[in-house]
Amino acid sequence: MSSTAAAARYVGQSVKRLEDPRLVTGHGRYVDDIVLAGMLHVAFGRSDLARAAITRLDISAAEALEGVYAVFTAADLNPHNDSLRASMHPPEVPAPPANMLADGDVRFVGDPYVMVVAQSRYIAEDALDLIDAEFEPLDPVVDYETAADSENHVHPELGGNLAHDLPVSNPAQQEVFASAARVVTETWHQHRQTNVPMETRGIVASWQPHAGVMEVWASTQSPHEIQLVGARVLGIGEHKMVVHFGDVGGGFGQKMFLGREDMAVLVAAKLLGCPLKWIEDRRENLLASNHARIEQMTVSMAVDEDGRFLAADLDQLEDDGAYPLGGPATPGAMAAMLYPGPYRMGPVSWRARTVYTNTCGRGAYRGPWQMESVAREQMIDRVAQKIGMDPLELRRRNVLKPEDLPYAVSTGLSFETTISPDQTLEQAAAMIGYDDFRAEQAQAREQGRYLGLGIALYIEPTSMGMGPLGTESAMLRVEVDGHVNVFMGTGSHGQSLETTMAQLVADELGVRPEDVTLHQGHGSGYGFGTGGSRSAVIAGSAARAAASGVREKAVAIAAHLMEASADDLEVADGVISVKGTPSATMTMAQVAVTAYLNSDALPEGMEAGLEHTARYKAPPSTHSNACHICTCELDPGTGKVTLLRYVVSEDCGVLINPMVVDGQIAGGVVQGIGGVLYEHCVYDESGNPLASTFLDYLVPTAAEVPELETGHVVVPSDTPGGHKGTGEGGAIGAPPAVFNAVADALAPFGVHPNRQPLDPSTVLGLIASASA
Amino acid sequence: MADQIPLSMTVNGRIRRGRGEPRLTLADFLREQALCTGVHLGCEHGVCGSCTVLMDGEAVRSCLLFAVQAEGADITTVEGLAPDDETLHPVQEAFRDCHGLQCGFCTPGFVVSVAAFLEANPDPSDDEIRHGIAGNLCRCTGYQGIVAATRQAADAMRGGGR
Repeated sequence: MSSTAAAARYVGQSVKRLEDPRLVTGHGRYVDDIVLAGMLHVAFGRSDLARAAITRLDISAAEALEGVYAVFTAADLNPHNDSLRASMHPPEVPAPPANMLADGDVRFVGDPYVMVVAQSRYIAEDALDLIDAEFEPLDPVVDYETAADSENHVHPELGGNLAHDLPVSNPAQQEVFASAARVVTETWHQHRQTNVPMETRGIVASWQPHAGVMEVWASTQSPHEIQLVGARVLGIGEHKMVVHFGDVGGGFGQKMFLGREDMAVLVAAKLLGCPLKWIEDRRENLLASNHARIEQMTVSMAVDEDGRFLAADLDQLEDDGAYPLGGPATPGAMAAMLYPGPYRMGPVSWRARTVYTNTCGRGAYRGPWQMESVAREQMIDRVAQKIGMDPLELRRRNVLKPEDLPYAVSTGLSFETTISPDQTLEQAAAMIGYDDFRAEQAQAREQGRYLGLGIALYIEPTSMGMGPLGTESAMLRVEVDGHVNVFMGTGSHGQSLETTMAQLVADELGVRPEDVTLHQGHGSGYGFGTGGSRSAVIAGSAARAAASGVREKAVAIAAHLMEASADDLEVADGVISVKGTPSATMTMAQVAVTAYLNSDALPEGMEAGLEHTARYKAPPSTHSNACHICTCELDPGTGKVTLLRYVVSEDCGVLINPMVVDGQIAGGVVQGIGGVLYEHCVYDESGNPLASTFLDYLVPTAAEVPELETGHVVVPSDTPGGHKGTGEGGAIGAPPAVFNAVADALAPFGVHPNRQPLDPSTVLGLIASASA
Repeated sequence: MADQIPLSMTVNGRIRRGRGEPRLTLADFLREQALCTGVHLGCEHGVCGSCTVLMDGEAVRSCLLFAVQAEGADITTVEGLAPDDETLHPVQEAFRDCHGLQCGFCTPGFVVSVAAFLEANPDPSDDEIRHGIAGNLCRCTGYQGIVAATRQAADAMRGGGR
C-alpha cells in the first residue's frame, strides 16, 4: 500500500447498523412483500405418510375450482428440469432421483406431490382439499442406526441406503491403542433439530416470454446459487437469470441451496408465463425444509497415566433423510478430520457414513460439522471423570500452545500460527471464576443442591477456500457525486454486511460508512453467498481490495489536479488532503466529477471513471477458536435445568464491528442451548413427525436464556484485514458446553448421559435409573 | 368463495377500507389491503409474535384474528410508531443502539410488543423484561440485545415523559 492508506477509523468500532432504520420501522422488503401485476400464488400438496405408493391422483375437482389457474403433478414438472444438482454436489456422486414433485410414490411426511396455482393462497389451499389422492402405505425406513443394513431401500434407484462410507484407517493409531494405559469408549448422540429462520423459505418467479428472462426474488443466503442452478434447471443462460436480493429473515444454512419447491416454482412460472409466489408456511418449514444434527459418533480415546491424549478412533454416522437439501453432502468426514481440534491428539483413524431414511432431508445448520466438538468435548469430560482428573486441568495438559504451531493434525488438516486456543481457555476460566465455582459447587452439594459446569474448547474452520466457496468479488464504483456503490456476491441475512462491508470500504477508500451502499444479487459477480462464516474474510478482502484500487486512482487524480505528490496525500471521510497542509484539500466528489464529466483533465493516458473490481481467493481455511464455559443448576425434583452463567472467550482476529461479533456469538449460543435443552423434531416409529408447530418445537425465549458474557482474544489472521470468521462458532461451542454442565450436575447421582436432548423428562429418567 | 364483506378500521391514524371473506385474517388485511407489510407472519399460529399489532391500545396477534373482528378498531402497526420519517420511536432507537435485531424479521412484532409492555410496566426489572418479552421469538440475537434495548427504552421513555 502506498502512504495514502487511511488509518482504521471505522474498523473496530461498533458502528450502528445501516440496515436498522428501515428494519425497525417495518420498511424492510422481504420476499412476501414483493407483489407483481398478475401474480398468482402457489401451495403444495404434501404426503401425510412416511412412505407410500400413490395409487390414485385425480386433480379434476381442484382444477375446476374458481380462482385456480393450474394444478401440476410430477408428470407436468419433472421432465422440465435439466438437473437439480446443487453447485456443491459433484455430478459423479450418486444422488436421490431428481424430481421436484414425488412421482409414483412419496418418501417422507411432507414430500410434495402436487402443486396448485391460484389467485390467492387461500384458494390454492382450498384446492388442495379437493385433490382426490389415495395412497398405499409402504414400510418406511425410520431408524437411521439400522438403515445401512436394511434391505428396505428409501430410494430403490440407488440400490441401498448408504449415501457415503468413508473409512480412513491409520495403523499408527492401532499401534498406540495396543499399548495404551487406558482406552475410553463412548457413543455420543445428537438429535434431530432444524434451523427455524423466523422468515420461512419463499420465492417469487416471473418469466418474461420472448425476452426469455426469468426474474426472481427469493429468501436466500446465496443469490448466485439461484442464478447458477436456476438457469441450469430452466435450460437458459445465466445472462437471462435476474436474481434480486432483498431483506432475508434468517437462514442458518437452510437458504444456501434451492429446495425442490423453489425449482418447481421456477419451472411452473416458465410454463405458465406469469409471476408466481410461494411462501412456505411454518408447518411446511418444520416438516419439510431440512433437519440436521441427526448423528452419532462412537469415540475411543487412548490416554496415558498423566492424562495425555495418545490416539483416537472415530465412527461417525449421520442421517441424510430422504432428499437432503443441497444434495447428499457428508459433513461427517469433516467432523472426523476436525475431531482432534485444539489438542495434541496423536494418530486418528476414522469412518464417516451417511444413510438415507424416510424422513425430512438433512441440510446445513450453523456449523454443520460441529459433531467433532460435541463428541470431543463431551469425551474429554468423560475421560477426566474416568481418570479422576479435573476437566480444566485435562484440557490444559493437552491444549495446543504457541510452541506447537503451526500444527499438522494427523487427519491431514493444519492449523496456522494465528490460533490461540490456550489463551481463550484461560480467559474463559478466569471469566467464570473456575476455582471459586468449584468451591461453591462442593458447598451446594452438601446442601443437596446440584450445580454443574461445562467447558467446550474448539477450533472453527472458517472461510474455507475450496471449490465454489473459494472466492468472492467486489465491484466498487464512486459515483459522480462522490458516494459509493459496491456490488458483491454475498447474501447478508442478519450478518450486518451492509454495515461491516461499508466500514471496510470506508477505511480503505477514505469515506464514511454512510456514504457506501452494498448491493447484493443481480449485477454482482459470482460468489457463494453468506454462510460458512466466510463473509468477513473472503468478501471483506474483496471489498478491501476493490476500495484500495479506487483509492489509488482517486489519489492519483487528486495529486495531478492539486499538483502534489501522491505520497503526500491522505484520504479520510471523503476528503483528500495534503499531509500537514489542512487547507489544501479536494473532495472525493470533485475527483469523481473530473473522472466522469471532465475526463480531459485527467492525467495523460489515465482511463476515465472511478471504479474497480477485485476478486479475492481465500486460503484453504482461516481458523478461529473459542472457549465456552457455562454453569447450571439442576432441580432433581422436576428435572429442570437452569443455566446460571455463560461465558465465551473467542478469537476471531481483528473485529470489524464488536457489537456485530457479540451478536453473532449470542445468536449461535442460544441456538445451541435450545438444541440441547428444548428443541427436538420428534418422529414416531412410523415416521410421523410430531413437532409441527412452535407449541411442539420449542425455540428458546428470552426467559430461558442467561445473560452472556463475552471476552475477546485478538490474534490477527494472515488474511488482508486480519479477520477470522465467527458466524457459526456460537452454535458449535454451546451444545457440548451445556451438555457437559448438565452431565456434571448429574455426576453425583452416578449417571452419565450420552444423548440429547436433556429435557426434564430425560433428566428425571436418568436420575431414576440411578436409584433403580 | 364466500361473500366479500366490507371492512373498515383505523390503521396508524388513517381510515382504511377494504373487502374480504370472513376468514381473511387481520394480518393479511393489514399486509395486503392496508399496505402495512411491516406486519410479518412467522408462524400463523400465534406463537412467534412477529405479527403483533396494537388493537385499541392492546397488543394482539394479528394472525389469530379475523379482519372482521377488527371492524371499526384502532390499529397501530410498527409503521405507525415513529413520529416522522426522520425520527425513531424510543423503542426503535433502542433496538438499533443495542443491536436488538439481526435479520429484522421478528423485529416489528418485538418493537410493538415492547412498546405495549413498557406502557403497562414503565420500570421493569430484568426478570420482568425477560418474561415480558417471552411471547415473541427471535432466532438471531439470543435476546441479549433485545433485553438491553428494552431496558434502554424504558429509561428513555420514563426520562422523556412519554
